[in-house]
Amino acid sequence: MILLDFEKPIEDLLKQLTKLEEVEKEGNIDVSSAKAELEKKINDKRKEITKNLTPWQRVQLSRHPERPYTLDYIKYITKGKFIELHGDRTVKDDKAMIGGFGDVDGKTVMFIGQQKGTNTKTRQYRNFGMANPEGYRKALRLMKLAEKFDKPIVTFIDTPGAYPGLEAEERGQGEAIARNLFEMSKLKVPVICIIIGEGASGGALGIGVGDVVIMLENTWYSVISPESCSSILWRSWDYKIDAANALKLTSADMKKNGLIDCVIKEPLGGAHVNPEKMFATVKTAIKKRIKELSELSKEELVKKRIEKFANMGEFIEE
Amino acid sequence: MKWFNRLKKGITTETKEKKEIKEGLWFKCPSCKKVIPINDHVKNLKVCDCGYHQKISSKEYFDIIFDGKYTELSPNLKSSDPLTFSDTKKYTDRLKTSQEKTKLNDAITVAHGKVNKQDLVIASMNFEFIGGSMGSVVGEKISRAIDYCLENNIPLMIISKSGGARMMEAAYSLMQMAKTSAKLTLLAEAKIPYISFLTDPTTGGVTASYAMLGDINIAEPGALIGFAGPRVVKETIGKDLPEGFQTSEFVLEHGFLDYIVERKNLKETIALQLKMFKN
Repeated sequence: MILLDFEKPIEDLLKQLTKLEEVEKEGNIDVSSAKAELEKKINDKRKEITKNLTPWQRVQLSRHPERPYTLDYIKYITKGKFIELHGDRTVKDDKAMIGGFGDVDGKTVMFIGQQKGTNTKTRQYRNFGMANPEGYRKALRLMKLAEKFDKPIVTFIDTPGAYPGLEAEERGQGEAIARNLFEMSKLKVPVICIIIGEGASGGALGIGVGDVVIMLENTWYSVISPESCSSILWRSWDYKIDAANALKLTSADMKKNGLIDCVIKEPLGGAHVNPEKMFATVKTAIKKRIKELSELSKEELVKKRIEKFANMGEFIEE
Repeated sequence: MKWFNRLKKGITTETKEKKEIKEGLWFKCPSCKKVIPINDHVKNLKVCDCGYHQKISSKEYFDIIFDGKYTELSPNLKSSDPLTFSDTKKYTDRLKTSQEKTKLNDAITVAHGKVNKQDLVIASMNFEFIGGSMGSVVGEKISRAIDYCLENNIPLMIISKSGGARMMEAAYSLMQMAKTSAKLTLLAEAKIPYISFLTDPTTGGVTASYAMLGDINIAEPGALIGFAGPRVVKETIGKDLPEGFQTSEFVLEHGFLDYIVERKNLKETIALQLKMFKN
């Protein structure tokens, strides 16, 4: 397991645990009580660390290299019954944005999300989860497909931003995102959006207009990354921690400000410590929300969604 | 040792004095470097002979497009500071400075007037107010403009001139993209025309929401239009950008604009466009 700087206090304990497990494998000595004690120690230490995570530490957790990504969630939730669909029918197939029909205990759901890679090669293949316009257009095509066949939509958001490349500009990155915001507002099927990692700006919002917007506990969602914010407002890359504080980008802050609907707790230490548990919690939430939203009429669904976003904003009227 | 000491620091000319145009003042075009008397420049609607369109204010656009009289809508909305945001400067201080400097309440002004006797609501962004950045007030004023258009069955035009979402309202600003786009679906459903007019510059979250959602998207010549700023794109690709990248002409060529309109033809074009929607 890769440990982040603030998780160092448990490094020695984890090493001891590995050693004990080796001894256990040899099978000569009963180490169960010592193991249990050590596991409790690790848990206590983790609790202590996670109790007061700073916004920047949560940003670090959201980018943890072992954190589960979109396809991991889909694989677990559909028990492998997932058919990926490709292409935007105009330019190409964007590997940073994936989607397709999946089976959730007998019900078909359209899953869409940004996908990151797990090693240098796949990270490049997935363009680090930064979609091009064709990615957003593929997402929209799939959402329209879901709407046509009356299937609910679940999006998994995990992106450092929409790709700011030359060709992305040529092919209208701004238009692609804008179109998605517009069309998603009036989809006549339930739309559930879950931020599972990074929720960076328009790139995240481009698949983020939903009836229910959920953030996992250790994710962030804002108009800009703390690094870029630091570079623009402080004119230096060194103020990312201050920027992370100022942006109020954590799940708790976002919920408090009424900009998302719900926060899902992560397993102790973060989603990557116990992915199966994380997937199970997310699956339960998805099923519950789909059931609730399916009870609304199509008109009510759209009306409520538009009203929800229309009410966002804080201002003074004199 | 200094020979002279400055008694007062900084430049002491007040903004309102600067605006007054006196004989003998000159405008130097940043594009062709030609120097012309400011009176001639104003007469040309601040467009140089070389085609360079200088940035102008909302009021100037209203004066150009409307038949004289117009009424401002929801003029009294002001930004609050929902996140008590502070970087090198407090957000509240930035707001105060901008309000004093520009005599505007925020980065957008909305007005209802007539164009060749046809009703039109124009929401025009003010670049001089924190880079025309979109925060809660911009979102709300556009939202209310749409409500007003729906109630009175009047076409809407938004003049975009903005660097994008306002960082000091963070996720609130981000959600204004969803808010304005969602509200525009209501206008579309009611079949009320929406003209998006993109001027220099239109980038970031404004491009990625209402600016690209017009029934027709039109732009001023030579405006910077894009999603990512040119500096960011340059850093991403690690190469110099091709000439004319992200200009109105480039965006038109790639299929995201309906046409480019020069400022001197703006009023007549809008009037004709409105007529064509109606008749």
